Amino acid sequence: MKKNQFLENFIHGIFLLLGLITVGCVLLITMYLVISGIPAICKIGPINFLFGTEWASTAKEAKYGILPFILTSIFGTAGAIVIGVPVGFMTAVYLSKLACPKVKSAMQSVVSLLAGIPSVVFGLVGMLVLVPGIRKVFQVPDGAGLLAAIIVLAIMILPSIIKMSVTALDAVPKEYEDASLALGATPVETYFRVSVPAAKSGIAAAVVLGVGRAIGEAMAVMMVAGNAPNMPNSLFQSVRFLTTAVAGEMSYSSGLQQQALFSIALVLFLFIMFINAALNFFLKREKE
Amino acid sequence: MLKQLFLNKRKSFEVFTKAIMYLSVGLTAALVLFLLLYILICGIPNITPELLMSKPSYLTEKIGILPDILNTLYIVFATLLLVLPLGVGAAVYLTEYATSKKMVSIIEYAAEALSGIPSIIYGLVGMLLFSNHMGTCLMAGALTLVIMNLPTIMRTTQESLKTVPQSYREGAFGLGAGKWRVVRTVVLPGCVDGVITGCILSVGRILGESAALLFTAGFAHAVNGLVDGLAAPGATLTVALYVYAKEQGEFGVAFAIAAILMLLTLLINFAATLVQRHFAKRRSI
Repeated sequence: MKKNQFLENFIHGIFLLLGLITVGCVLLITMYLVISGIPAICKIGPINFLFGTEWASTAKEAKYGILPFILTSIFGTAGAIVIGVPVGFMTAVYLSKLACPKVKSAMQSVVSLLAGIPSVVFGLVGMLVLVPGIRKVFQVPDGAGLLAAIIVLAIMILPSIIKMSVTALDAVPKEYEDASLALGATPVETYFRVSVPAAKSGIAAAVVLGVGRAIGEAMAVMMVAGNAPNMPNSLFQSVRFLTTAVAGEMSYSSGLQQQALFSIALVLFLFIMFINAALNFFLKREKE
Repeated sequence: MLKQLFLNKRKSFEVFTKAIMYLSVGLTAALVLFLLLYILICGIPNITPELLMSKPSYLTEKIGILPDILNTLYIVFATLLLVLPLGVGAAVYLTEYATSKKMVSIIEYAAEALSGIPSIIYGLVGMLLFSNHMGTCLMAGALTLVIMNLPTIMRTTQESLKTVPQSYREGAFGLGAGKWRVVRTVVLPGCVDGVITGCILSVGRILGESAALLFTAGFAHAVNGLVDGLAAPGATLTVALYVYAKEQGEFGVAFAIAAILMLLTLLINFAATLVQRHFAKRRSI
């Protein structure tokens, strides 16, 4: 009997350890990023680092200002949201409420396919179709820049927005809609004036999830954004995002330059943690 | 007059919103169709037996992707082998063992945080945690991917564990089985579908991953066996696609790889739907 008890406790302990691995991983990632990101910020000075407008890491007098990257990431994400959310939201309302079951299931596989396409494939098509297209349509010397990145990101966040909004809209109680229909509202009016407000926390969560995806995407953006550390002054400017700043110079960096890259990753990580908190907030409200 | 105006306004709202909805759905569908066809049309003619069965050579100036295919298989194998016990164990702990609500919410919060972290940060941390100690190699890449895929396996397993009826567990306890015996004989067999779904999703994610592997697994193209391969640096298909397209301008090869990845994505989605349907049917009986 004692031996059995011991075995049970032992196994309980093992499962407890396995359960705590995720917590350990999050702590480890946070710790490593903070430890390796702080020194460069201290050396460069937080103000110079965060608000410096010039990044010249390989110049003789190296300058490490990441304001261009921060602004580019914010503008790029905002642009992707402005384009991607209306399309994704409208698609979601149609799929959840108006589409017949066959269309719905067909479109859901289409959306899953879009979600499964590797980001470098988006980058490849962006490089060969989108960038030359922008160059021709807008008569600019080089199509690789902020606009190309925004379009690629808008397409890449579509599946997350559609899937999550559909889930939220599907969960709206049928009684709400029936009541509105019985009062004489048309189906479309009902969906937009009753179902959408009822699902607004879920839809907000979908948008936040899209923001997270867009701000964290690296490879696809790297292939279409041009990657010059400019301030994002125009849509056609060759720009560098927080993610691409890290990915672009990592392979050949050393010393303070490499430490500065870790600091950029830390800034990106803080952005993501903030977005995660917002996502959790909306998801919790959706559950209530 | 006023009533007419009101009715007209309602009518135009209806027509206008419907038009926008159809437009959005059409745009999404057209986009995916275009991507799929464009990549397959540009890529499939470039897939030759020679490309698939050889490795790149500077002497003949020919490119082969055999090493990349092998590396992808190795990394998928190694990652799944490591992540499955961890993810399933964590899920079992959450649904079967955990008693304190606070602990459950902390672990679930951590899993959500992990799934929100972008892959470039995984790449960086993987480099610090693994590559700096064991060198740039496939194993370092696989370990990074283990952390990345942990939440996926955990979530799918957890969802399928929740569908194991409580009465099964009670029946087993009633017959005098201990906790571990119940978990082993009743709970674990019930989560097979979740584990399989999780595996399929993870394979999809591993195939598509590039940012996390670039700095942890490197981008060499050598043909190795499984054990040597895991200890040596190597590019997966996705990383190879990036290197060929961005650094070397070999768009033919890049499109061939893209087409292969696209076909694999289709296959994975199809398999995932099939598995879900199969288990849903079995459950309803």
